[in-house]
Amino acid sequence: MIAQTLSETKAPLSEQSIFELIEVEQVFEVPKPGRSLFSRETVGLRALDGVRLNIRKGTSLAVVGESGSGKSTLLRVLLGLDKPTGGRALYHSKPILEGRASGIDFARDVAMVYQDARGSLDPRMTIGALIAEPLRHFNIVPPQDEAARVSQLLDRVGLPADAADRYPSGLSGGQVRRVAIARALASEPSVLVADEAVSGLDVSTQAQLLILLQSLQRDMGLTLIFITHDLGVASFLCAEIAIMYLGRIVETGPTDAVLGAPSHPYSAALRAAAPQFFEPLSEPLSGEIPSPLNLPAGCRFSTRCPKMQDDCRLKDPQLGKLGPQRAVACLHPLEQQ
Amino acid sequence: MTVQITKGVAAVPIAATPSPSAKSRRSVFIRRPFFTASLLIAAAYVLAAIFAPYVAPFDPVKQDFNVMMKAPSVVHWLGTDSYGQDILSRVIYGARYALIIGIFSVMIGAVGGLIIGLAAGLSGGWAEWGLMRLIDAILALPSLILAVAFIAILGQGVDKVVIAVGLSMIGPFARTVRSDVMQVRVQLFIEAAQLMSISYLRVVLRHVLPNVIFPLAVQVTIRVSEAILVSSSLSFLGIGVTPPTPDWGLMIAEGRDFVSFAPWMSAMPGFALALLLIALSIVGDGVREEFDPKLRRDS
Amino acid sequence: MKNMAENHVLSIKDLTVFRGAAKILDRVTLALGQGETLALVGESGAGKSTIATAIMRLLENARVTGSATLAGEGDLLTLSERKMVKLRGRRLSMIFQDAGTALNPSYTVGRQLGTSLQRIHELSKADARKQAIELFTSVGINDPEGRMSAFPHQLSGGMQQRVMVAIALAGSPDLLLADEPTSALDVTIQAQIVRLILQLTRERGASCVFVLHDLALASQACDRIVVLYAGQVVESGPARDVLERHRHPYTKQLKSCVLEIGAKDLVAPEGTVPSHDQMPNGCRFSTRCPRAVARCAGEAPPLVPARQTATGPLDHHIACWNPE
Repeated sequence: MIAQTLSETKAPLSEQSIFELIEVEQVFEVPKPGRSLFSRETVGLRALDGVRLNIRKGTSLAVVGESGSGKSTLLRVLLGLDKPTGGRALYHSKPILEGRASGIDFARDVAMVYQDARGSLDPRMTIGALIAEPLRHFNIVPPQDEAARVSQLLDRVGLPADAADRYPSGLSGGQVRRVAIARALASEPSVLVADEAVSGLDVSTQAQLLILLQSLQRDMGLTLIFITHDLGVASFLCAEIAIMYLGRIVETGPTDAVLGAPSHPYSAALRAAAPQFFEPLSEPLSGEIPSPLNLPAGCRFSTRCPKMQDDCRLKDPQLGKLGPQRAVACLHPLEQQ
Repeated sequence: MTVQITKGVAAVPIAATPSPSAKSRRSVFIRRPFFTASLLIAAAYVLAAIFAPYVAPFDPVKQDFNVMMKAPSVVHWLGTDSYGQDILSRVIYGARYALIIGIFSVMIGAVGGLIIGLAAGLSGGWAEWGLMRLIDAILALPSLILAVAFIAILGQGVDKVVIAVGLSMIGPFARTVRSDVMQVRVQLFIEAAQLMSISYLRVVLRHVLPNVIFPLAVQVTIRVSEAILVSSSLSFLGIGVTPPTPDWGLMIAEGRDFVSFAPWMSAMPGFALALLLIALSIVGDGVREEFDPKLRRDS
Repeated sequence: MKNMAENHVLSIKDLTVFRGAAKILDRVTLALGQGETLALVGESGAGKSTIATAIMRLLENARVTGSATLAGEGDLLTLSERKMVKLRGRRLSMIFQDAGTALNPSYTVGRQLGTSLQRIHELSKADARKQAIELFTSVGINDPEGRMSAFPHQLSGGMQQRVMVAIALAGSPDLLLADEPTSALDVTIQAQIVRLILQLTRERGASCVFVLHDLALASQACDRIVVLYAGQVVESGPARDVLERHRHPYTKQLKSCVLEIGAKDLVAPEGTVPSHDQMPNGCRFSTRCPRAVARCAGEAPPLVPARQTATGPLDHHIACWNPE
């Protein structure tokens, strides 16, 4: 179970859970739109608004949402790069920021693969030096074994050993992603966070990387947190899914169950919008995602929801249990067959 | 793949493409004839400067009033000046002064600029604001004027010229270093390093500095010529190196009064100066284009 | 292609594009009927976008041979630049992948659309404005009058792409080229834009060429599909024939990489596209093809009908010596 209503219990968290987000809020003060030149007026941008999420050890979780859904902000909270303005973000039952501040263990245990893999690699370092950096920093192997470990890691991600002498600029898009993955694996982490790690690639390169990630996750028992906008990728790679809309997780559960029969009208719309061979093009959602500066009253999806009812404008639904493994933030979840 | 219209980079098997370093190193001198020629010219200057006593046919400061203002001849290849000194010998010795002043003053400028630029680029806030306003104020004056001001404080002489020209170059160096630091600081690979809990100092040393030093090194090769020009200008104005030092700027100035009937007196050192400046700037450009891994994108 | 019939809006024959020594398009042949939508699909380096830009004559630093005939105008590749300027926007227009950079950031979107309208229809400023508002309404921009005075950066990606669609359709072109019009957009917006383009081109009886990398989307949006690999057409025909009765090994491979929701099996193809200095003379897929035979690398297979029926060959073509 990756999400549950925790408000009623302060019971000890499941021992297995690695990350636990409880009512996490992240409000950024941004210049008020249309303020005068010299005004210092700001307005709160609710990038995350009541996020509840529980990530079990060894699972693979897809975080899905469109731009503006808060995926990236959530990622920064999980990685301890930003302190949430509200709620609690825990890593092994301790605040994530405390974990990050108290030494290099958190950084060693939670590794990251960026969407812009090329940008995440120092262009003046060779691939070998880039992979050796975490090896040395975290004291993974004695210095004399470094080169051997680098080759091993390159081999693990399907790159030839002579790639170590090259610079990132000499590699293709698919290859730099592999380097980024090898570098993330170098610290022998238990959690791998990947932000759109296969997007923007050709389908055949994407397929190669997905198979690699899947085998890594299975063989090394990694906990995989995979940010994506592609439901096909989510369903292939991840056992569980969390769908975000405007700063809140609106539905979570086992990927197959959620995508097979979505409960939240937004999940259903997302599911229908995903291209499917020879299906008629879906009836699109009306309008666009509202501004997080000006959240709609009641349910945040009510302005676009095809199933909107009167009370949706009044009450803001929280993520609540729906059956044993699933949770949804909707006052009128879609019927399950 | 050369098709850049579709997005993404076409995958190329690593083993299939020849190693880029081998490719560029084998043929850089063939592919860039101007670069090669300029490098040879610059090297010739350096050799001439080092071995000046062996290369120069005469003592550069030996005055011989029998051969005053002689046109180029078999004995005096580049002619003689109004004191009967051999111009070729003076030009060769002049390379010493030019290169010493150019290199050492640029070192002062580069090191000073690196420290101030790093401090400004990394500190942010009021410290950065203050430093940059200071640099802006310095930059408002051309480096020659600044150098003149420093000379006024320090006095004349080769060592004073080195310091004055060096100080006058700190501003432009600091400015470029700072903008490079600002650019690097927001790169994703810096965040990636922070994510690994690598300490701030290490991030600066391992990731920020190398990405700043390289463009700085290129700047240095280009600015050596500017320093030489400024120092020659000082001598030309009569406030730099003192006579009878064989300094090009000084020689050009001395020939000024005789330019109508002994044009070689100014022309020869002028030509030596121009050729070195052009060669240095071509070498600088070539170094940047050839060895910057950011610009080197094979496949 | 067999019948270069008169009713083709666009017919491309042996279009070849050289960039330096590299042949980035190799004898591309295809045709498009009145009111048809066609998808050019393939991976990067396939030359999909090159085809579109070559037809628009917007290709730079390249040598182009072959022909691209637009009905009633002759070969686009040999027309004078003056003639081309007249045709762009009126008979054929193009929608780019990234509307954010295709729109001029320093003019309001209303002015950009208005200028096109004035130019194409020789309208007065007031009439152009009126038509611009109508067009904005038809591409689903709410508050079209208010949005007229918006600058591109003030609009979301989806809205920017709607503006692009409006500008592209301002001259009621017969042929619309849409180069990955939705790949920079969120999925729910993607569906909106594709539907919009289809609906508007259908209303106007226009034909449409989509450049797409998403096979599933191509099957949903287009009547016909042309599959390209490294600058060569490998298979073309009606969408269903190409995607469900494909005979070319590359089409099969491409389709097997598409992840459908719920799919748990995925076979990753080996290798990568060869670089141009190592491109085989014959079939360019031969270096990776599981069915390659001796002939493939040396001799380029012609585009031939994929199957014969009692009534003659179908309009489904493949270029393969050893088809499935």
